[in-house]
Amino acid sequence: MGSQKRIAKELAELVESPPEGIKVELANEADLYDWRVYLNGPENSPFHNGTFLVKLKFPNEYPFKPPAVNFATKIYHPNVTNDEKGSMCLGMLRPDEWKPSSRVVAVLQFARQLLAEPMPDDAVEGRIAEQYKNDRARYEEVARDWTRRYANEKA
Amino acid sequence: MDSDDDFMSDASSNVDFLDDQGSDIESMDDFGDDIDVGFSQDKDIIGKTKKPYEVDHKVLSPEDIEREQNVQVNEVSSILGLPPESCAILLRYGRWNREKVIESYMDRPEKTLEDAGLGTNFEGAAKTEVIPGFMCDICCEDGDDLETYAMRCGHRFCVDCYRHYLGQKIREEGEASRIQCPGDSCHMIVDSKSLSLLVTEDLKDRYHTLLIRTYVDDKENLKWCPAPNCEYAVDCPVRQRELNRIVPTVQCGCKHNFCFGCTLNDHQPTPCALVKKWLKKCEDDSETANWISANTKECPKCHSTIEKNGGCNHMTCRKCKHEFCWMCMGLWSEHGTSWYNCSRFEEKSGSEARTDQARSRASLERYLHYYNRYANHEQSAKLDRDLYLKTEKKMTSLQSQSGLSWIEVQFLDTASQALQQCRQTLKWTYAFAYYLARNNLTEIFEDNQKDLELAVENLSEMFEKPVPELANLKVDILDKTAYCNKRRVILLSDTAENLKDGEWSFNVEW
Repeated sequence: MGSQKRIAKELAELVESPPEGIKVELANEADLYDWRVYLNGPENSPFHNGTFLVKLKFPNEYPFKPPAVNFATKIYHPNVTNDEKGSMCLGMLRPDEWKPSSRVVAVLQFARQLLAEPMPDDAVEGRIAEQYKNDRARYEEVARDWTRRYANEKA
Repeated sequence: MDSDDDFMSDASSNVDFLDDQGSDIESMDDFGDDIDVGFSQDKDIIGKTKKPYEVDHKVLSPEDIEREQNVQVNEVSSILGLPPESCAILLRYGRWNREKVIESYMDRPEKTLEDAGLGTNFEGAAKTEVIPGFMCDICCEDGDDLETYAMRCGHRFCVDCYRHYLGQKIREEGEASRIQCPGDSCHMIVDSKSLSLLVTEDLKDRYHTLLIRTYVDDKENLKWCPAPNCEYAVDCPVRQRELNRIVPTVQCGCKHNFCFGCTLNDHQPTPCALVKKWLKKCEDDSETANWISANTKECPKCHSTIEKNGGCNHMTCRKCKHEFCWMCMGLWSEHGTSWYNCSRFEEKSGSEARTDQARSRASLERYLHYYNRYANHEQSAKLDRDLYLKTEKKMTSLQSQSGLSWIEVQFLDTASQALQQCRQTLKWTYAFAYYLARNNLTEIFEDNQKDLELAVENLSEMFEKPVPELANLKVDILDKTAYCNKRRVILLSDTAENLKDGEWSFNVEW
């Protein structure tokens, strides 16, 4: 159905008036379904000054099925898997919570907000969540260090 | 025509509910009365002369279930003065607890509707509209002739998108009663009127099937028959909390006997909780228990099971680091240097450890005693079942060999069924016995068990005789069959009565 039109519209809106700290482009001009998103680490977080590449893939059934969101840049965060996938568990991306009228911009804003305020109770990295709860200083130290090491090259 | 009557009966049951909150039995009775109104024609309550181990139940076909839902929806609709499709949503939201739904709506109508995913505005029939200048938020199409639809929440989308969304929910996700408006973070539930307006016929069928399924899942007094391909449900008043006093075996319209409490196969006389414990134990233990019994010992200190796979008798428990002698189980420190030969069998530390060990082994042996008998009956029932499949052939050949009529050879079929049923019962008496703590009733139980077992083995033996002999054995087989059935009734009645009165003591908490 109209997924092309819908995606094109969402992309145009995001490029025209990008939300704070979020930059969007196509991975390849010919493919609307594969986006690259650059998230700037929020100021009040250990990810500040880092730029995180997030890959956004739309299924053919979009917007009836949610897009897939993966961190391509390594990040030390309770809600992002510390593997080559960089998957995250966002409530709104779960098939039973996603609504066809939900918007990508909301997903991205939520993801960026998550950098500032992790949700340790929904963690995918239990150890990091544990540290976030019990030893915040150390968590921030490692997160800052990883940001310096992996999220430093400007896009 | 009879809505006045309905209103009266409901008003009174509502009063009951308020007077006597939490009394499920009361509301159950009310409920029973209500469904009788609709189903008096196919009442097949099992209850000629009810045995202590039998429970009242009734079989419902998918049509019965749908009718039952409609009756309740219409009743609530006439009481609350809301459209039936809204009441259906309310009832589903309230898991079909009619009294609670009515009470909650009476107390706080707006909040109840909101929580159930209904708006408060009931105006307007469901219809699609063409709205000039409209753009669908899902597909971003904006043609001037675009058909659109919105529920009362006002979130409007084009019909194609709406339809696609509903199709996906119903077909792929198996959703029915909780499909929400496609609008972002709108929790309004899609009602059946909107649904029938939008989706194709085959999806409507699927939707109805799913709705019926959730209805049965939601009601504590209904359970699906677990038999493959069976589409009946069983209505039984036994509640979850009564399961420590009763083992509610029910028979479906497809003849499958199952436990209403846990939907496993009939497991009388053992209560559900013990069945669960037993099955878990068997799963964990039975395969390995025999091997463990034969090949291992336990650490005298921490009771970890240890296999000695070579080497000397100086054992160091990997877990607690206790050092002991494999031979005498005594402390290694008392052993000096006789590493390969233990001659200290009579020392105190060793003999205590061995007593301990013996106790633990005895418990394992005890388990195996019951397990082996349980498993034996399970196995024999399987063999008897194979035999049953051959019974028909046997009956045919018996007819031709002995000149008996089809009716006259039915005794074999009856005998085969009795065997099956008695073995099923016997099997579970062993799980029951395993958890039984001895008191003055256990002996009677064991006698009953022994009598039934003997009768069953006798019948089983006769049943296996070659065909030519069977005709002569007919009277014996008939007698034995009747005797087996009688012994089974006695055993089950005795256990069920004592269970109901809380007379059994068990050696586990459950």
